[in-house]
Amino acid sequence: MAEGLRAEQVRLPAPQGLILDPVLVVQAVVSGLLFGGVYSLMAIGLTLIFGVMRVVNFAHGDLMVWAMYLAWLGATRFGVDPYVGFVGAAAILFVAGFAIQRQLVDRIVDAPHEMQILLMLGVALVLENTALVAFGPEPQRVRTPLTQAALWLGPVFVDVGRLVTFAVAIALTLALSLFLYRSDIGRQMRAVADNGYGAQVIGTDVRRISALAFAVGAACVGAAGALVAPLLPFQPPTGLQLSVTSFNIVIIGGMGSLLGAFMGGLLVSVAESLGAVFLNPSMKELVSFALLVVILLVRPAGLFGRRAI
Amino acid sequence: MALLRLDDVEVAYGDMVAVRGVSMTVGTGELVAIIGSNGAGKTTTLRAISGLLRPRRGRIEFDGARIDGLTSSDVVGRGIAHVPEGRQLFPTMSVLENLELGARTPAARAARDGTLKSVFDLFPRLGERRRQLAGSLSGGEQQMCAIGRALMALPRLLMLDEPSLGLAPVMVGAIFDNLARVNRDGTTVLLVEQNVLRALRLCHRAYVLENGTIALEGPRDRLLADEGIKRAYLGR
Repeated sequence: MAEGLRAEQVRLPAPQGLILDPVLVVQAVVSGLLFGGVYSLMAIGLTLIFGVMRVVNFAHGDLMVWAMYLAWLGATRFGVDPYVGFVGAAAILFVAGFAIQRQLVDRIVDAPHEMQILLMLGVALVLENTALVAFGPEPQRVRTPLTQAALWLGPVFVDVGRLVTFAVAIALTLALSLFLYRSDIGRQMRAVADNGYGAQVIGTDVRRISALAFAVGAACVGAAGALVAPLLPFQPPTGLQLSVTSFNIVIIGGMGSLLGAFMGGLLVSVAESLGAVFLNPSMKELVSFALLVVILLVRPAGLFGRRAI
Repeated sequence: MALLRLDDVEVAYGDMVAVRGVSMTVGTGELVAIIGSNGAGKTTTLRAISGLLRPRRGRIEFDGARIDGLTSSDVVGRGIAHVPEGRQLFPTMSVLENLELGARTPAARAARDGTLKSVFDLFPRLGERRRQLAGSLSGGEQQMCAIGRALMALPRLLMLDEPSLGLAPVMVGAIFDNLARVNRDGTTVLLVEQNVLRALRLCHRAYVLENGTIALEGPRDRLLADEGIKRAYLGR
């Protein structure tokens, strides 16, 4: 009887959940939200590539890790702060993305999914292992004066590094939506994503638009990587983890939806942050994957799921 | 001189030959129809002209220059616009964006706002719905939008694949009246249709395609009076 009662108590969801410290909750939400800008940018890159080419970029996280190493090289060798260096990282990844699409992805755009997956996993492996050879297995972190600074909003602590990361990520997301909705190339990308055959019929150079979309997607994840390098310790295998998080976000938001990737990034980041505070830092993924399962049960197409961008 | 000339064109999907030995011409300013039943090779012929399919044999010339083997974007650049079967709009983009995307070539882009005005003049309904998503339009409005999008490319040859498919008769009449007007205003038109009577009444000349080859060709009045056509397609 007494044992039964105790079991009952143990099964109650998170006893501390009943006596939540509101400051702690706000703190976790704020820091999760600020970190989420980077997740959004990363997922937008993935969803753009998927939307235009219907190819899942399994090398997405590894591209991001390379951008982190580029930021690290810039900071340690050339004294460039990552909050400036992200422009260079994005530019280098733009070129790399264009080349990867033209040389490799373009060959398998019309191939069955399993063949696309094989190629993209191969690209991921090559990227991860060249990073291992070039930079070694030790975790790295980029130091910048901003991460040491903090603001206090009443009892809530705001890390200035996260705040700047968030602001830049949001600004880049806005710039990208302006590009996609207002510029001619951006509209062509949306048109190809919406109806590839229709775009070809009216004379769109679908191959060129696809290569540019891959390049822009890689630039997004490149900027995200450089911006997050001061906040997140990284090593070559971090890429796989980031790829998985990106897929998770894109599926939660709805495949191919830009708004979905944006909202999904913030949501997953806040969920992970709350999970880290109230469960255990090593269980933060549990929360975001639980979120994925719930969303797939309730809305199988994702939060903003439609078929195109 | 013929604006478009097909000479002994053969197109195949793998081993299946869909069009064999087709030769035809479309003169500047003409409205020519290709009629025939389902699977006769009409759509395949248009797709070969557009550069969406590569002919296995034969030549296609436009304005005196060979165009078979060019990509579809090059063909559009030469001045051929294609309104595909099923319209193939961009459903999550606005009507205005769909139309503007049709202006792909530099010349078409330079003239974009003027062309847009004349498209809205031709199809006032599109002007009223310019902010609406193309996917939310009715079937007839979508067909107007697809034709408008093709006109935005300032084509010298406008090709249409089954524009009457799935539309109410009143709407088909309206669309065909507009095609006659586009043709009168100077655009050459090549029309593929299963609605044989309407197509024959509209066109100057027609080709009848059967099993991938041209079974019959001639000016409209002769085909309208042809006993074989009456029996096979017009049901009397």
